[in-house]
Amino acid sequence: MIDAPNVGLFSLFLASILTSNVLLANFLGTCSFISISKDFKSSMGLGVAVTMVIGITAAICWMVLYFIIKPLGIEYLSFIIFIIVIAGVVQMLEMIIDRFSPALYMALGIFLPLITVNCAVLGVILFMQIRKYNFPQAVVFGFGSGAGWWLAIMLLASIRRKLDTNNAIPAGLKGTGITLITIGFMAMAFVGFSGMISVQ
Amino acid sequence: MSPILVGPLAVGAISTVLALIIAVLDKVLNNYGEVEISINGGEKKLKVKGGSPLLGTLAAEGIFVPSACGGRGTCGACKCKVLTDVGPHLPTELPYMSPADIKENIRLSCQVKVRKNLEIELPRELFSIKKYRTRVEKIRSVTHDIKEVLFALESGEIEFQAGQYVQLVVPPYGEIKESVQRAYSMSSVPSGRRHVELLIRLVPGGIATTWVHKYLKEGDAVELVGPFGEFHVHDTPAAMICVAGGSGMAPFKSMFYHLYESNAFPEKEIWYFFGARTGKDMFYVDELRALQEKWPRFHFVPALSEPAAEEHWQGETGLITDVLDRYLQHSIPRSEKGWEGYLCGSPGMINACIAVMRKNGITEDKIYYDKFA
Repeated sequence: MIDAPNVGLFSLFLASILTSNVLLANFLGTCSFISISKDFKSSMGLGVAVTMVIGITAAICWMVLYFIIKPLGIEYLSFIIFIIVIAGVVQMLEMIIDRFSPALYMALGIFLPLITVNCAVLGVILFMQIRKYNFPQAVVFGFGSGAGWWLAIMLLASIRRKLDTNNAIPAGLKGTGITLITIGFMAMAFVGFSGMISVQ
Repeated sequence: MSPILVGPLAVGAISTVLALIIAVLDKVLNNYGEVEISINGGEKKLKVKGGSPLLGTLAAEGIFVPSACGGRGTCGACKCKVLTDVGPHLPTELPYMSPADIKENIRLSCQVKVRKNLEIELPRELFSIKKYRTRVEKIRSVTHDIKEVLFALESGEIEFQAGQYVQLVVPPYGEIKESVQRAYSMSSVPSGRRHVELLIRLVPGGIATTWVHKYLKEGDAVELVGPFGEFHVHDTPAAMICVAGGSGMAPFKSMFYHLYESNAFPEKEIWYFFGARTGKDMFYVDELRALQEKWPRFHFVPALSEPAAEEHWQGETGLITDVLDRYLQHSIPRSEKGWEGYLCGSPGMINACIAVMRKNGITEDKIYYDKFA
């Protein structure tokens, strides 16, 4: 029923982490990326949370898309519906984690509810819709993109640890300024992967 | 079906299904069954339903841990010791914890969820704290922004020390959707066991003070929780040097009339400095001057910092700290009994007064105060 692109699951996974990294190629989810990456431990927690939420919501939104939205012909409402689904799923995840893994719940803390408004989540789901992935592809793409976001924030957090102790940075560039420049360099470095695999 | 209807219906249906799933999950996941809370090594044992914060769970059982914010983690008052391991301190607790608190497993009871059997430690006094149903008997404006409110207990009697405070339970009103609790010192004497009087100053934008000033009427039913607090007259021969501003009058009014009535600590000399800006902020002057007339060991020093010329102010002029400094240096006799400081007012006033008192030889361990945050 779906005209899915002909791409292997493993290459899709690698592609979503490296060549079309949701953060460094599409610049989605940068607000929390910049603000949280100043702390290494929080970056780890947020990375886990984003990966989990994107993976799970991609799967659920795929089902909503092909079993509800398309049959009813209400594609024009898909943005609103996706947002509602994301908010609901995050809420449920929060309750489930709170019950079964209080330790993880503590570690994620405030980040879990904040992910509801992370544009990387909606972005990935919209890519999934535009690129017409089938279900396995959607799930792999979701988790892959999350992992890519996670990788990017860990890299940036590691770099910022060094930046913070570096006195050679001019005062005017400290903080967000040098961080944005760093992200630019990272994005350029990631362009180097583009010869490997490509997905559209 | 018309396409105009399909969209909204679909969005509505999806939202409803999600909401239902969340509601069911909440029922299933938040059900921790019956758990036991053991207080002070088994002195008191409570069987409660798990799943809610400790503060509310204890309150439902009639044990009221003091809390000024009503459980939102913004006042840091509801500390208690939790012996059972309930995980590391939350980010919401850390701002109120000293390193020693963390080592001793002190937690904010509003942030700790009851999930399993708990062992906790609470000060004994908390067991005597009760919730009182009262009716407003009288409201009187004592200045343009301070009201004196008299509450009559519907049943039972309240036992407290002069200087302690109660929490006023403010129900939801107007734009305020949640009940909150705020602490106010009692200005009534402990011997009037069926009444509680509070002095409440209108704070612009304050939830509780706005409610008292704009909504509360005589005859209304109000709940009070208490008594709380460590502010009281200390049993020593030292002279009391008391300083207050605004509604900081309340605990002192209670203390002075209590001391006068009961003639407790007959050796204590009492000096009371009350500061206000202008004449319209000053209150109880006639009453306290009358008390001074018939009670030789009580000395009342009201002071205005900016008296208007037409007020014909008869009393001290200047900032209360300057007046206090002047009196400590020249007017109050020094004796071997020593001095004790008692302060009640804004944090700024208290800090300034502590500095003046220390300069005049009162050590910090002899200065007692209630800060209005």
